[in-house]
Amino acid sequence: MSGVAAQERRRGTTMAAPAQSPDTSGRRPRLSRKHREWLAAGLFLAPDVLGLLVFVAIPMVLSIGLSFFQVSGFGSYEWIGLGNYRRMVNDPLFWDSMKITGLYVVFLVPILFCVSLGLGLLVRQKLPGVGVYRTMLFMPYVISLVVVGVLWKFLLDEQTGVVNRAMRAAGLDGEPWLGSPSLALGCVIAVMVWVMMGYYMIIFLAGLQEIPQEYYEAAKLDGAGPWTTFRTITWPLLRPTSFFVLLMSTVAAITGGLDLIFVLTNGGPANGTSLAIFYIYQQAFGFGEYGYASAMGSFLVLIMVLISAVLFTFTRGGRFDDGE
Amino acid sequence: MASDALTTRTHTTAAAAGRRRLLSSRAGLTLLAVVLSLISLFPVLWMVTSSFKTRATVTDGRLIPQDFTFQNFVYVFTEVPFARYLWNSFFISTVITVAALFFHSMAAYALARLRFPGRERLFGAIFATLLVTAPVVLIPLFLVARELGLLNSYAGLIIPAIFNAFGIFLLRQFYLGLPKELEEAAVIDGCGHWRVYWNIVLPMSRPILSALAIFFFLANWNAFVWPLVATSDQDLTVVQLGISSFQTQYTSNWNYILAAATVAALPMLVLFFIFQRQIVESIKTSGLK
Repeated sequence: MSGVAAQERRRGTTMAAPAQSPDTSGRRPRLSRKHREWLAAGLFLAPDVLGLLVFVAIPMVLSIGLSFFQVSGFGSYEWIGLGNYRRMVNDPLFWDSMKITGLYVVFLVPILFCVSLGLGLLVRQKLPGVGVYRTMLFMPYVISLVVVGVLWKFLLDEQTGVVNRAMRAAGLDGEPWLGSPSLALGCVIAVMVWVMMGYYMIIFLAGLQEIPQEYYEAAKLDGAGPWTTFRTITWPLLRPTSFFVLLMSTVAAITGGLDLIFVLTNGGPANGTSLAIFYIYQQAFGFGEYGYASAMGSFLVLIMVLISAVLFTFTRGGRFDDGE
Repeated sequence: MASDALTTRTHTTAAAAGRRRLLSSRAGLTLLAVVLSLISLFPVLWMVTSSFKTRATVTDGRLIPQDFTFQNFVYVFTEVPFARYLWNSFFISTVITVAALFFHSMAAYALARLRFPGRERLFGAIFATLLVTAPVVLIPLFLVARELGLLNSYAGLIIPAIFNAFGIFLLRQFYLGLPKELEEAAVIDGCGHWRVYWNIVLPMSRPILSALAIFFFLANWNAFVWPLVATSDQDLTVVQLGISSFQTQYTSNWNYILAAATVAALPMLVLFFIFQRQIVESIKTSGLK
């Protein structure tokens, strides 16, 4: 019945306006609501999707592709297969830089984690003037790593720096902070902790504030001490935040800090602070070895992915309901 | 009954002792917080006060300058095109921030509210680009920028810095949390998607946009590595590059170097003290994912 009616109507329209397609009823062709929404979404997303494609996704793919080429001067590319990777395996300077990166990550990440967690716990307390402490502790984060580098170079200067002055005043010998390879690496780590602790403190603080207050009240009624409370309530419930901090700071430690190294130590002394990312930068922009640098960069990314995967498996993505 | 009374009594004495312990531990924690805050503050304070010292006294090991001088700042602005560097940084940071907020909020709105096929997959792909950190793609990005003729230009400093998934992600989270009613009412009134976005969604997202604006501005003002590889022209030098080359040029003239560093850091410190709450809030949201 309705089929017949529809047929009738269609025939009617066709007869009345033979030039028009059968399913448009109005005079001007209009998109359906659904299609208008698709079109709008496409237009809204276009700039960002295009930008991310050209400036993030394609470079990422290119980076792997480039590692199989010898790139020389302006735009001449020669396919050399695994040549860059072979060179990498036999490059002692690269492995030195990897070793330094390893040391850097192994010290920086746990220290930064403990310091920021400690600060987070501290500034969550209802202390008088707690807002001021939060501000002061976070402040170094807003200063650029370049300025931070300049500033600490001044403070750590062997002859005139205030750190050595204070040590001499206390009857100690000054140390050549930035003049010895191992001390310099220690200084880079310490400065990084100083810069980043406030940032992760805020992230921990946010995580701590998410934990329902009732749990703590219940623990207090049960007579639990601060350590027991921390171990049984805070630590397990903070696991997603801890995971996030661990992952972020590891990735940042492996691939970041270039600015600070540039200004504070320039990779020295005796390549003592030449992190892998710094060595890669030097090879690319110092010597124009784009292909070789890309091979090392890809290797670094692989390591990063592996570490993230290990972190994920061990902490199950930081979920605390790991019983089920 | 008796045992009840007993437990109550032990409870009250335990509570009193606990309160006393709490009070003294509170004083200890406050002291600790003060000391740590001072350690955190001290290097910055030292930089600022030292920039008012003369060449002869800059390394005298005193916090307060003996003979206070503005000469270092005058020198920095007259002998080096430092005003130009500041302007370059201000200009590119502002343009990047405005463009990024505009594009990211549009994209985030589409991802949160509009229905279209493949939406979740697209969001997943955008989210995955978060894992690609800038230093890793520095080399291919440089080559792409070279091919596009973007090196040594404002466009080259600005365009690649606009796009990052972090802003899209945070804004999408925010839009998912907004009530739908207003938008639905607007659609019933016959508003198109653009008008809904522009007249309703954008004004409602003012708080998160201002938080992100400060964050983007800060990050781009402090950016160093990309400007370093993408520019060599003196006229395009940004402030961080200026400081780093100034520092290698004037190795031991700490009074000038610290004055330059103070000038570069000051805008961010001021922004931070004014918009502290917004900055902290946006970090908190990013951590809670």
